[in-house]
Amino acid sequence: MSSWLDYTINGLIVGNVYALVAVGLALIFGVSRLINFAQGSIYLVGAYIGWVAVVQLHTPLPVTIIVVAVASALVGLIIERFGLRPLQNSVRIAPLLATIGISFVLDQLVMLTVSPNPRALPSQLPDIRFQIGGGTIGPLDLLIAGVGLASALLLFVFLRYSKLGWAVRATAQDRDAAMQMGVDVNRVNQAVFGIAAALGGVSGLLVGMYYNQIDTAMSLQATLKGVVAEVVGGAGNVPGAVIGSLLLGLVESYGVAVFGTSYRNLFAFLLLVVVLVLRPNGLFASARQAPPEPLTGTFIAPSRPVRIPRWALLVAAGLFAVLPFFPVSFYVLQTLINAWLLGMLALSLTLVAGTIGQVSLGHAALLAIGAYTSALLSLTFSAPVGLAIIGGGLMSAALGTALISPSFRLRGHYVSIATLAIGEIVSLVILNWESVTRGPIGISGIPPLSLFGYELISPISIYWFSFIVMVVLALLQGRLLGSHLGRSFRAIRDDDVAARAYGLSLNRYKSLAFIFGGFAAGVSGGIAAHLYSYINHETFNTQQSILALTVVILGGLGNVVGAILGAVALVGLPEVFRIAAEYRILIYGIVLLLLVRFRPQGLLGTI
Amino acid sequence: MTNLASDALLALTNVNSFYGQAQVHFDLSISVPRGHIVCLLGGNASGKSTTMKIILGLVKPRSGEVTFDGASLIGLTTPQIVRRGIASVPEARRLFADMSVRENILMGAFVRNDREAIAQDLDKMLTLFPKLGQRLSQRAGSLSGGEQQMVAMARALMSRPRMIVMDEPTMGLSPLYVDRVLELIRTINQEGVSVFMVEQNASLALEIAHEAYVLQTGKIVLSGPARALKDDPRIRDAYLGGSEAA
Repeated sequence: MSSWLDYTINGLIVGNVYALVAVGLALIFGVSRLINFAQGSIYLVGAYIGWVAVVQLHTPLPVTIIVVAVASALVGLIIERFGLRPLQNSVRIAPLLATIGISFVLDQLVMLTVSPNPRALPSQLPDIRFQIGGGTIGPLDLLIAGVGLASALLLFVFLRYSKLGWAVRATAQDRDAAMQMGVDVNRVNQAVFGIAAALGGVSGLLVGMYYNQIDTAMSLQATLKGVVAEVVGGAGNVPGAVIGSLLLGLVESYGVAVFGTSYRNLFAFLLLVVVLVLRPNGLFASARQAPPEPLTGTFIAPSRPVRIPRWALLVAAGLFAVLPFFPVSFYVLQTLINAWLLGMLALSLTLVAGTIGQVSLGHAALLAIGAYTSALLSLTFSAPVGLAIIGGGLMSAALGTALISPSFRLRGHYVSIATLAIGEIVSLVILNWESVTRGPIGISGIPPLSLFGYELISPISIYWFSFIVMVVLALLQGRLLGSHLGRSFRAIRDDDVAARAYGLSLNRYKSLAFIFGGFAAGVSGGIAAHLYSYINHETFNTQQSILALTVVILGGLGNVVGAILGAVALVGLPEVFRIAAEYRILIYGIVLLLLVRFRPQGLLGTI
Repeated sequence: MTNLASDALLALTNVNSFYGQAQVHFDLSISVPRGHIVCLLGGNASGKSTTMKIILGLVKPRSGEVTFDGASLIGLTTPQIVRRGIASVPEARRLFADMSVRENILMGAFVRNDREAIAQDLDKMLTLFPKLGQRLSQRAGSLSGGEQQMVAMARALMSRPRMIVMDEPTMGLSPLYVDRVLELIRTINQEGVSVFMVEQNASLALEIAHEAYVLQTGKIVLSGPARALKDDPRIRDAYLGGSEAA
């Protein structure tokens, strides 16, 4: 890699790969207004099926491609039939969350059946490079370009000339009207999922060959890149997705050329946030296109919250408070400390996602900001740990709110995408801002928790400390929800247009919710940093954001007691049943899927 | 009424429907005799459009019966109902805006597989709606409201339906197009297609309808031959002669 031509070629090739993922996402979004977060998992499955075919069965290349396409399409059909079709009449958040659950399940199944270690996926083409102009190009580059072009052509012919293709286009433009023409929209959904999955799987295969390596981390990356490309091109716009992908590939490639490899993703997500904020309908949308559909109001499952008498809460709090006096093992206390920390994060998320309806998928970033701030304050400025943690909370509140504020005008799915991107950006800035964050090395030797000069080293003291902090935050949040502020938050969630008509400033209230939520999450991150004594840019990752969301949905969106109950359940139960760590994520995914299907309002109900 | 129902192509009997807690229809009974134009009149929020949706299977009634040609439609999906021979001209046209006019009209023949006959029917549509001839390759979304209404009607006819249901076919059209649309509905009907239309504009609808029903907050308050209803003082007060009375 030396010349600009090389970077251009590389950008276009990578863009082609993204296009295969993004086109599938665009088709699905067009037909069912759903961002399929499981798309990357299908890509992963495709890569591993390819690996099995090449390495174990020694299939020739054309056969490998066909096997991967067909098998991936089958996976897509199964997802559509059993994961999503039952949710057709559910609240709008349900299918989105289901695809997240499905992706957890698929990724973990691949990890458990194959291995979490990377595998080599050899390219089945000769390793030669041709000179063109000032750059070089290899047979695999040409294959990827060829597959990209051929897929685009096939898709064009399908959409333009086949009956099913017409049905797909008609359904995307007006679902009800298409039904009134006799179109069976279930079949359309099936077709679209099958095609999207086949393209996604082949994309995974090609990427595996391109880098000669596959591992399970590919999944989330692919989903994220596909979503970026699709949104840049305009959600649901198939040609837009292709152009968005090529653009993304080029931006990344040139970004890497100028700044280095670790900046690749940073450019991708910055591009996404810029497009979301400035042109939420994508670069190519014309004015006539409807603005992003209003999803608020229908996004949260309505329900009557379960009333828990005050005395029962007091008794429960009392029991947990005196628990360390009983002969419980260190292990139990440790587990509950983790639950309290997750509980604080869940309190934050249940306020933001539940009470005011901004379903955040990047909440772990708030933990990271709090953790780094607190760690650096205590290390660099020798601030007392107690103050440093509060500093972490304040920094999360301020910085988190500042980062999300440009996205306040977005709604529904778009909020989730923006928060996901911002979460990734925070982690990437931490990775690359070495002078402050120490980059990939991370921060070690963080002083242990202490309060007024007394170090909290014993598990019992840490237990009490984290429990009390969480209870205080929960009480504050309870007060908040009961006040006029809480009502205003819920009004904005239920109907932001009506809320605005009554004079509520959306930006101000969203800011307040993020400030309060950011503080709670930042404090949780700060405590965690001093507890772990070592943190790096991967300590607080997207998986944690999704876990927090699962906790919040389990408890009931907006429900303070539910958030804590959910945290105890999801941290505690796997421990009680001694479930091995590698199965936990699988279980979280299954819990999320079951909740969405059978109890979208959570255990204690939404408030 | 009973002998009408027995010869009815479409019959709704004692239909009760709800949106959540709110009841939309109260024991609604309507019948459309073969070959007739039947019109459902009513103001805003009277339940007119929901009646359309019930016929098309887009809304499920909580109780009551809907039959088409003697067979129940309850429990069928919208595509299945369309295949039975009911075509629709939805409220506000609902064309596929980014598809061409030709593609829109041909989408109407989605349930058919006889390519040659479909091509013939397309030609027939162009004689019935001559204006559309020059517009065939244009985006449907770029047409005027009146032209879009023509496309929507052509699209509905392409399935060779036994019956067409129309939701406010004259809404938002210029007076010239209103007359044209009414004339076309009459022409379509004379070729043997039964028509069930929902309208706010009573005087226009009664002009072409054989029978009419008046729906008020989910209940039929008046029904009978259109000619009789036109002179009915209650209709005159509510719809036609409101200004004269004042």
